[in-house]
Amino acid sequence: MLWTVGFAVSQNVGFSPTLHNCGNKFEKWATLRMERGAKEKNHQLYKPYTNGIIAKDPTSLEEEIKEIRRSGSSKALDNTPEFELSDIFYFCRKGMETIMDDEVTKRFSAEELESWNLLSRTNYNFQYISLRLTVLWGLGVLIRYCFLLPLRIALAFTGISLLVIGTTVVGYLPNGRFKEFLSKHVHLMCYRICVRALTAIITYHDRENRPRNGGICVANHTSPIDVIILASDGYYAMVGQVHGGLMGVIQRAMVKACPHVWFERSEVKDRHLVAKRLTEHVQDKSKLPILIFPEGTCINNTSVMMFKKGSFEIGATVYPVAIKYDPQFGDAFWNSSKYGMVTYLLRMMTSWAIVCSVWYLPPMTRETDEDAVQFANRVKSAIARQGGLVDLLWDGGLKREKVKDTFKEEQQKLYSKMIVGNHEDRSRS
Amino acid sequence: MGSRASTLLRDEELEEIKKETGFSHSQITRLYSRFTSLDKGENGTLSREDFQRIPELAINPLGDRIINAFFPEGEDQVNFRGFMRTLAHFRPIEDNEKSKDVNGPEPLNSRSNKLHFAFRLYDLDKDDKISRDELLQVLRMMVGVNISDEQLGSIADRTIQEADQDGDSAISFTEFVLEKVDVEQKMSIRFLH
Repeated sequence: MLWTVGFAVSQNVGFSPTLHNCGNKFEKWATLRMERGAKEKNHQLYKPYTNGIIAKDPTSLEEEIKEIRRSGSSKALDNTPEFELSDIFYFCRKGMETIMDDEVTKRFSAEELESWNLLSRTNYNFQYISLRLTVLWGLGVLIRYCFLLPLRIALAFTGISLLVIGTTVVGYLPNGRFKEFLSKHVHLMCYRICVRALTAIITYHDRENRPRNGGICVANHTSPIDVIILASDGYYAMVGQVHGGLMGVIQRAMVKACPHVWFERSEVKDRHLVAKRLTEHVQDKSKLPILIFPEGTCINNTSVMMFKKGSFEIGATVYPVAIKYDPQFGDAFWNSSKYGMVTYLLRMMTSWAIVCSVWYLPPMTRETDEDAVQFANRVKSAIARQGGLVDLLWDGGLKREKVKDTFKEEQQKLYSKMIVGNHEDRSRS
Repeated sequence: MGSRASTLLRDEELEEIKKETGFSHSQITRLYSRFTSLDKGENGTLSREDFQRIPELAINPLGDRIINAFFPEGEDQVNFRGFMRTLAHFRPIEDNEKSKDVNGPEPLNSRSNKLHFAFRLYDLDKDDKISRDELLQVLRMMVGVNISDEQLGSIADRTIQEADQDGDSAISFTEFVLEKVDVEQKMSIRFLH
């Protein structure tokens, strides 16, 4: 087993930059080949565009409706509130635009790539493959499933068992510096083995900003692998719900070695209880920084969605981290409505590699004149800017739930102002 | 897995849609990909719930009316052809189409058809007239609870008064046709590619 570990580790360390270059060249060739094949058959290749397919003007409701009215009526532009039949054009067009392409629903499925990476799961032009490409794809399948997969499973197994055994053993030691030292290294070693198990090629930036004790580390969430990526470079206290099965075993073992914050399912609903426990944890400076994903759900790594304000109310220093995956070698997004955890992990282990960049941003604290929501948005914008992601105000919970009526009511209020003005105007006329 | 854009849309169907709607090959493929990603039931048709799952559409005050425009009378499912036919109303009018041949059928995205689309959003009972009640209902959708019944009523009355020319206290399509409004631009959606 040790031999396997050693072998895999050495393989991965040497390969990364050359692998990356090779991979890119190869993909360009594969895509060109497909384009040629398509032209021969007089078809057009389907090309996904990541920036949206229609032109949308960023103008507000007010501006647009005024423009429509201006183009129509010859009355003086005296801004008197009124209703015009043509106002409906605005709502109509806006509605149609969202039907063709909206900002939210596409965040909940894997990003479409512009060039093919020899994984059939990302190929939208299956019928245009030439013989040469098919052979290469077949070879790729062979390598991925028969060579890489068993290797990775062996590594994952090693990593997890070492984690459980290691933390349990450390748990028997008396509390003190030696226990902490050992616990930290057991955790780090096992997470690093897991990183190798996924062939994750990670680039860390600005490591001087790494989270410290008594702080909260927040990051954008794309998959459960985020935890492994961050925890293999730093020592964190995890926060989460208690699970059954294998996860439960791991959780119970981990908490013996150092204090993590696990909640029972019933406790999760009680926001005050959650806030209380987290506050207690951060106030104890000897305890580790907490790792939290404020989006609350996995998003497909093209955008950052609303951060839940809970973690930003506690008053601790926030250490933002931006994680950006490169989907060329394997898309890491976990579409939990489509794949269960096990299927997802298998897909990860049969991709070429998981390539990502991690940026540690400078710590932020809440200013006196901003509330938790504004603070959360400020942190979110910083993360989005660093990772090159779209900054959205929409709630990630929309993956499963309907949007709240309050948003529609806001729109209605805005429009009402346009046709009758504010309360003061109304009383005057 | 990603949406299988080209695999399930047959070439003949694509050509027919191209002729009927005027969209280009790549635009149709892209919209087909969109259609399949909205089709959660994977049965080749969209229901009203599939549309309502789009948050930005759900918060549009006229969202339900717009969704309704996709479904022909009495039906609950719309297939890709129907989807494209409705979207075609919003295709921009190209220069070479402006001088249309009088013998051919009117294209779906003509100025007149765009106006008809908007008219149908008001005309709830489809009797080719916008009555005071219908106007009130649509107004109520657009303003929510922010305006009183009386005030809304007076707005409706004033609007009908201004537009009505034949004295039937309702707005017909000819009265609705707003000569000066730049319908071509305001009811068109431009593709980036």
